[in-house]
Amino acid sequence: MEPIIIEGTAKTPTVKFDSAEGVFEIKGRSIPENSVEFYKPLVDWLDTYKESPLTKTVVNIRLEYFNTSSSKCILDVFKKLEAIHKAKNEVEVNWYYEEDDEDMLEAGEDYESIIRVPFKMIEIVE
Amino acid sequence: MSFNIENYFSDLTTANTILYYKGNVDSDVINHVLDTVEDKMVEVKEQSKLRKKVYNVLVESLQNLYHHVDKVPGDFDDQTCERFGLLVVKKVSDGYRIITGNFVHVENIEKLEEKIKRINRSSHEEIKELYKFILNHQRISAKGGGGLGLVDIARKTGNKLEYTFKAYNSHYSFFYLDILVNE
Repeated sequence: MEPIIIEGTAKTPTVKFDSAEGVFEIKGRSIPENSVEFYKPLVDWLDTYKESPLTKTVVNIRLEYFNTSSSKCILDVFKKLEAIHKAKNEVEVNWYYEEDDEDMLEAGEDYESIIRVPFKMIEIVE
Repeated sequence: MSFNIENYFSDLTTANTILYYKGNVDSDVINHVLDTVEDKMVEVKEQSKLRKKVYNVLVESLQNLYHHVDKVPGDFDDQTCERFGLLVVKKVSDGYRIITGNFVHVENIEKLEEKIKRINRSSHEEIKELYKFILNHQRISAKGGGGLGLVDIARKTGNKLEYTFKAYNSHYSFFYLDILVNE
């Protein structure tokens, strides 16, 4: 499977989905007007990965900002990961937030309460 | 014109107004507004916590305009805008006020007002639960909105959504949303 590598912009995050390593990363700002357009290829890619995943997949989410329209798309990404986890594969989500950013921590906790995948909340101390 | 939409703002020219915009709300305008306000907050060394809240609320307010505004009334003097909106960002003593304005067709007023009233009578905990419920159960609409913008604004600010509808003509009202983001 070809990895996904997308450079970040002012409104869209940097994405690195490496199926060989089983490490997926979304980083930066996710505030596009049309978030479905951005996330659909990622969700489709995960659909394919889900057919033959590695025994362990690590997901690093390190967002500075995300809008509500992205929040639904990010949930779609997590739902794919949940399916991988449900099929008896190890999946770990690392949710990064800056030390004074309670809103970002709460956002991670929202997902943790909806998605049945182990989450680790990691504070970034500058 | 039945009233001047800018009359709502008595002091637009004061130093407290850090940004004023009236016109078409497209993707480039949104980028420009976000950059301008972010730069100004960095310039005055605003705490990062408040800066992030203001930025988040600004994104949602602008994208609410982008996704949801009704077209302008036929007798409005600016017919060129596909998405006409008005935005004011003001510095106040303990934070910022973000005020948006847009036309709403009379048929859509009740639904919007009901949504705001529901948010305003909810506790912080209820708003959090409402956010999670919508996140998990509602699909992104044909207009591209997630239906979460106002809920998110109320959740992040912890403040009530102040709003007014001013009748423009028999078919349209002008809707002002006044959001306080404070420390």
